[in-house]
Amino acid sequence: MANDKFTNDKFNYLLRLGDTALVLSQQLSKWCGKGPALEEDMALTNVALDLIGQARMWLSYAAEIEGAGRDEDQLAFLRDAHQFRNFLLVEQPNGNYADTLVRQFFFDAWHYFYLGALKQSSDQRIAEIAEKSLKEVTYHLRRSGDLVVRLGDGTELSRSKVQTAVNALWPYTGEMFKADALDDAMTAVGIAPDPASLRAAWLDHVAEIFAEATLTMPAPDAWMQKGGKQGVHTEHLGYLLAEMQFLQRAYPGAQW
Amino acid sequence: MSKEWPLWEIFIRSQHGLAHKHVGSLHAPDAEMAVNNARDVYTRRNEGVSIWVVKASDIVASSPGDKTALFEPANSKVYRHPTFFPMPEEVKNL
Repeated sequence: MANDKFTNDKFNYLLRLGDTALVLSQQLSKWCGKGPALEEDMALTNVALDLIGQARMWLSYAAEIEGAGRDEDQLAFLRDAHQFRNFLLVEQPNGNYADTLVRQFFFDAWHYFYLGALKQSSDQRIAEIAEKSLKEVTYHLRRSGDLVVRLGDGTELSRSKVQTAVNALWPYTGEMFKADALDDAMTAVGIAPDPASLRAAWLDHVAEIFAEATLTMPAPDAWMQKGGKQGVHTEHLGYLLAEMQFLQRAYPGAQW
Repeated sequence: MSKEWPLWEIFIRSQHGLAHKHVGSLHAPDAEMAVNNARDVYTRRNEGVSIWVVKASDIVASSPGDKTALFEPANSKVYRHPTFFPMPEEVKNL
């Protein structure tokens, strides 16, 4: 483990980005072959593939920064839940299709604005990964927003399912905009934007889509969950990792 | 009203200068989502630069029963086929 504080902070910061993409990708992969329509099935797995690509870029860079001889695979498959730094939002269960969709929309909207700001990172490698990812995420957001509108302003049943998902997932959105000491350290050297600075744009976009979708937006100042970025997770992450990591745990170094 | 999404026919242009080509069909609730779905179903392997979607019900097709009347007269008129002109190698997509 790197001993100077800055290197360690940067490593953990990259884990946040990488783990969030990795965990969400794993979640979306579970829909493969089970989507409500062929078109949705393929669309979700396309997003999962984009996210796994992004997770690889973040985690390989994290491994290089750490300089402890680990690689992206070891970071993904050989860490336990408390060592993961992903947002609580992305580890919430797939639930029904509305749950998956609303989780995706909340995340995509954050991802879009965050990557847009991260393109200005003082770290060139981070800026490049952000720029490459933003092209994919622009489409992710367009797609999930379009679907929220259709299901929200759809039938009485689809509207009620989407609204229920919105209310249940809302408390997990606060963490994306709440800076801690690590975020502050990254912002201070120009590596990362201040997460709070993106909140207004995110709220505006969500409000705009919800208005079109005839959904009720929960109060922005509602009580919010936190902890994912610091490694304090909900029970769901352990099950997810058990499935994702089983092969490498049971057969260390297995390849095919 | 049917609960099924309507069917859309999808046309993809694979490169600039070529015409859009029919590649298949899919279901979507409306035109905008049909373009999204076409992107996900038919352009995952870098197949296209442009997408057209047309509601399948808006396509008017010739009837298979009219085949003889519509197409057979052309069979005996070989002089209509421009096969006698040598084409330069470079002009592939004409």
